Parts: sequence; C-alpha cells; structure tokens
Amino acid sequence: MASDMRNSFMTGPDERGRFGDFGGRFVSETLMPLILDLEAEYDRAKEDDSFWAEMDDLWKHYVGRPSPLYFAERLTEHFGGAKIYLKRDELNHTGAHKINNVLGQILLARRMGKTRIIAETGAGQHGVATATVCARFGLKCVVFMGATDVERQAPNVFRMKLLGAEVVPVTSGRGTLKDAMNEALRDWVTHVDETFYCIGTVAGPHPYPAMVRDFQSIIGKETKEQMQAREGRLPDSLVACIGGGSNAMGLFHPFLDDPSVRIIGVEAGGHGVDEKMEHAASLTGGRPGVLHGNRTYLLQDDDGQIIEGHSISAGLDYPGIGPEHAWLHDMGRVEYVSVTDTEALDAFQLSCRTEGIIPALEPSHALAHVTKIAPDLPSDHLLVMNMCGRGDKDIFTVAEALGVDMSS
Amino acid sequence: MTRITTTFERLQAEGRSAFVTFVMAGDPDFDRSLEIVQGLPGAGADIIELGMPFTDPMADGPAIQLAGQRALEAGMTLDRTLELVRRFREGDSDTPIVLMGYYNPIYSKGVDRFLAEAGAAGVDGLIVVDLPPEEDEELCIPAQKAGLNFIRLATPTTDDRRLPRVLQNTSGFVYYVSITGITGSASANADAVAPEVARIRDASGLPVCVGFGIKTADSARDIASVADGAVVGSAIVSMVGDGKSTDEVLGFVRSLADGAHAA
Repeated sequence: MASDMRNSFMTGPDERGRFGDFGGRFVSETLMPLILDLEAEYDRAKEDDSFWAEMDDLWKHYVGRPSPLYFAERLTEHFGGAKIYLKRDELNHTGAHKINNVLGQILLARRMGKTRIIAETGAGQHGVATATVCARFGLKCVVFMGATDVERQAPNVFRMKLLGAEVVPVTSGRGTLKDAMNEALRDWVTHVDETFYCIGTVAGPHPYPAMVRDFQSIIGKETKEQMQAREGRLPDSLVACIGGGSNAMGLFHPFLDDPSVRIIGVEAGGHGVDEKMEHAASLTGGRPGVLHGNRTYLLQDDDGQIIEGHSISAGLDYPGIGPEHAWLHDMGRVEYVSVTDTEALDAFQLSCRTEGIIPALEPSHALAHVTKIAPDLPSDHLLVMNMCGRGDKDIFTVAEALGVDMSS
Repeated sequence: MTRITTTFERLQAEGRSAFVTFVMAGDPDFDRSLEIVQGLPGAGADIIELGMPFTDPMADGPAIQLAGQRALEAGMTLDRTLELVRRFREGDSDTPIVLMGYYNPIYSKGVDRFLAEAGAAGVDGLIVVDLPPEEDEELCIPAQKAGLNFIRLATPTTDDRRLPRVLQNTSGFVYYVSITGITGSASANADAVAPEVARIRDASGLPVCVGFGIKTADSARDIASVADGAVVGSAIVSMVGDGKSTDEVLGFVRSLADGAHAA
C-alpha cells in the first residue's frame, strides 16, 4: 500500500481541501480571503525548517514532549489478552493533547502579525491550552464557551481567566460547543484584520483539518519510533476516542499506509446510538452534511437541522467530526465504533484503580472499547491506546454520575 | 430572465432604487409569516428575501438568529418554506422572491430536488451564505442551469484580485455586505459604500444592493442614493420578535420603503 502512492491514505486533502467528498471551504465570503491567507502562510511555514525548529524546541521544553509510550502492565494482566500500551499525552503541559496544535497555530499567528487570538472550547481543554500559549507569547486571547459549559466546567473557566484570557459565555442556540464555534466565527467576521481563529480540532474549513492534523501527528510519529525502540516493530492496533477527532487523527495519520495496523476510532455513544439521538456518534449515527466550513458526517434531523450531541464528556459533545475521519470511514481504512456513557465511566474507574492514572472522560471512551477487544487478542498483539487527557477536570462530573456529593 | 431582472429594469426606467426586505419564513409561525410576506409588496418592498431557518446561522446577529429559532420551534422546515412561496405566488406573480440561508438544509434535501421544487414554487433567486465561489459546483452552477439567479455576497474583504472570481457566476444582482461583521450590527456608511458599489457595478454589469447595518428610513435613503437597492432585515424581524402585529410590522416597512424610494 505504502509503495503505491495512488493508493496512499496520506496524501489528502486535494487543492480544494477535500478528502474525497468531505472537507472543503464552506464559509461566508468575508472569511474566504482570510482562509486563503492562512493557507498560503501555512504552506510557507510547513516548508520552513526554522518554523519546525521553534516547534520542536517548545514541544520539548514547554510541553514536555516526547510523551512516554507506557507499557500498562496491570491493565494487560487484567484483560489477559493484548499487550496494552498507553501513549501518555495526558502528561503534556495543560493536561491534554490540545497544546500540540495550539503551539503550531500561535506560531503561525505570530508570523502573520496577528495580535488577537480567538478560540472555541467545549470542556475547556482547548481554551486552557490557547490561553496558556497566548500568555506565553503575550497575545490577547478571547475564548468562546457555551453558557451551559461555562457552568459545568467552572474550574477550567477560572484557569483561563488566571491565564489572562477573556471567557465569553455564549447563550445563542443551546449554549454548547457548536454554538461557541458559531460565535467564534461571528467574531472572526467582525474583527478580520487583527484576529487569528485558533480551531481546536481537525474540523472547520480547509486548511484547518489538515493543519491541525499535521500539528497533532507528533503523537503518531513518536509512537512509531517508541514502539520500534521498545518492541522492534509496528503496533498491531491503535485505539483513540473521537469528538472532532484531533487526538485520533494525530495518532492514526502516520500509520494510515501501514496495512498491518488495525485502526479504531471510538465515538461517544451517550445514552446509546438509536433513533432518540442522545449521543455524539456522528459516524455511527449521523449522515453527511455541511456545517462549520466543511462537509462531514453530522447529527441532523430530516430537514437538515443540526441536532445537539449528548455525551457525559463535554469534549466529545459535538454534532460533527473531522472530514478526514468521514473519508477514512467511507474508505474503510479506519473502523469507527461507539461506547456509552456508562461504559466510559466504568473504564474511567478501571484506569484509576489498575494503573493509578485518572484519565479524562474522553480517553475513557477509548479504554472502554479496549476493554471489549483486548481479552480476545493474543498476548503478542501490541495495542496502543491514546491517553489524550487527564481527568482532573472531570472529577465533579464523575462524582455526580456515581452519586457522590462533593459539596458536603 | 427572472422576475429579478425585470424588476431592476422597471426600477431603472422609473429612476429609483430597489427596496429589499428580509423576513424569516415561518416567523413567528407559518400563517403570520405568510400574512407579513403577502403584505410586503403593498408596503413598498420591491424584492423579498425570505430566510430559510437554520439551527446554526454563522453569519447572522442575534435578531436573525432568534427569528430562525422562533420559526424552527413553530415547526418550519425547508419544505414548508417552499409551500409559503407557493401560497404567496397565488396572489402575486411579479414580486421577486430570493431565498436566503445556509447550505445544509438544501444539501440534505438534495440539490436537484430542491431546485426543481423551488423553481416550481416561484422562487427567483438564492443567496446561500456559506457557499463561496470556491464551492460553485455545489449549488451555484446547478441553480443557474435550473433558471434561478445565484446572488453572491461581496464584502469589504473582497479585494480587486478576488472580485472577478466572486462575480464570475453571479446573476440577478450582487449583494454588497456593507460591513465586516454579522447581520444587524454596525451601521452602514453611505460615503464608504459608494465607491465599493461603483467598483462592483463596473466589474459585474449587475445591479448592486447593499445590506447589513441598515436600520432606519434615513439610512435606507442614504444607501439607496448610492446603490441600486437597500436591504433591511434585522430591524424588521426584531419587530416580529417583539410581538408587533402584522399591521405594525408593515407600517414600519412602509416607512423604510418611503425612505429608500425618496433617494
């Protein structure tokens, strides 16, 4: 597969920003020139060694990369099947993979002379990462966050404020992540000259899906090298959770042309993927549509109106998914599955007690799927799961779900 | 030749600019909305832009966002919007109707089906905010083939280098967005708009209507004096949102129309 470029899964997107039918640039005319400028600047930066040298330096000394590829011995024993490795991106500065991408975009913003950074955030991890890097470079930072999320993610809101960011609660729509993204786009249309929109996932208009993927691919590149050093070969399977899909795309992309590697993305099944639509599994329970600048699988009703996703994890609670995932799904290169809130909660607790790692609820979804497949795999099967975030932010949600009253 | 072309030719002969109104289909409900739309030509509207409600109106300010929400809550759909146009056409065969909104409901219905039904219902043109020229194959070109005008937005960020691309497949008229921002925000400035209108008119040979930020009869007059048409939306739908009666809404439209036509 890798030897034949025509069959490569790694060459997308095309010059129109398409992965097959997915992706594209579905934005208003006001934003179109800005997106073309960004694309031109990214194309220049990508070929510029000094850009990557600065990234590498910050990744190493500020973020703490490379993140370890950790052999989870006790989980492996617990399942009695595959050999489980965790890619420890939860050990990054700010506690998740989000900062990998934010650093890249902020360096680009600096090259473009932009002085004001805007971002959307759901659970707050991308907002915190953006506020952090803006503080590091002395840039003004405005984070749009759904009013509902502001309420349920109070610690992250305070963190962003400590870091000097302005947090704007968004009350339009239902006040969640998709509404925060709408509001960020509205802000961008209004402040075109000085503002850079730092998108947190592999979605949005081209070049964002490709650019964010490239910045996050450090996860997969490191994994490949670390596994080679440790086991002398490629892993047999990769598992990662998917909301918009940036941590998953980062892990998967460097392996797409290695046909022996089985790749599995885990969507948030909420209360279950059925006609009630109380989930956030866009691929398993949605159909193609156009939102936020790209064509991809979306949760929507018969009229093409967007349906609010549900997940216990505010970071997976988005009605869309990155267009490259939509394409990989249709091509059959990556398998996409879903797990429910309850299964994720069980996995959360398993990780705490078995490995002494409090995971974020997002990667708890990935672990829940590992729980289902690992026991039946042979002991020489190398499975890598992306532990993309830590769970400090989630302890209140988990306490509530477990019926624990933390206020007393 | 659509009703849009005919209307601009007539207005040009009369030596006046077009007054273009935007209302949201199905706001606050189907029947009231139909009543308002039916009253618009009598209140002085030369062209009617009819909003297709969408859950995620990324280019709109609060007034039009809320109008869309009210319509959706009252059960509005794209099919019902086309039904509303059909009902309007039973009593008015001259006033152009331009549907304005976002791509997903159209994509979800199916472009070919949508175009066939829209044409049959009496729709004359489309403005789809999230379809820039880079995505012309999606809807713009099929719409032109189906005999509908595809009206493009040009904005202050559309520079000379980009303008030809924006105008390439535009027909009917060009909608100049007078500000960088969302609908219903900052006020449009006629002095700043005049040279832009001239630039776009020269480049396209099409009438240029100006919208975003026109809220009063005075600003409608100022803009109409430098453009081929003035578009008012948010100010009208805000009245619907405030629970004003159809007569009150149409009375306000009349005052704006008088302003625009005084230019």
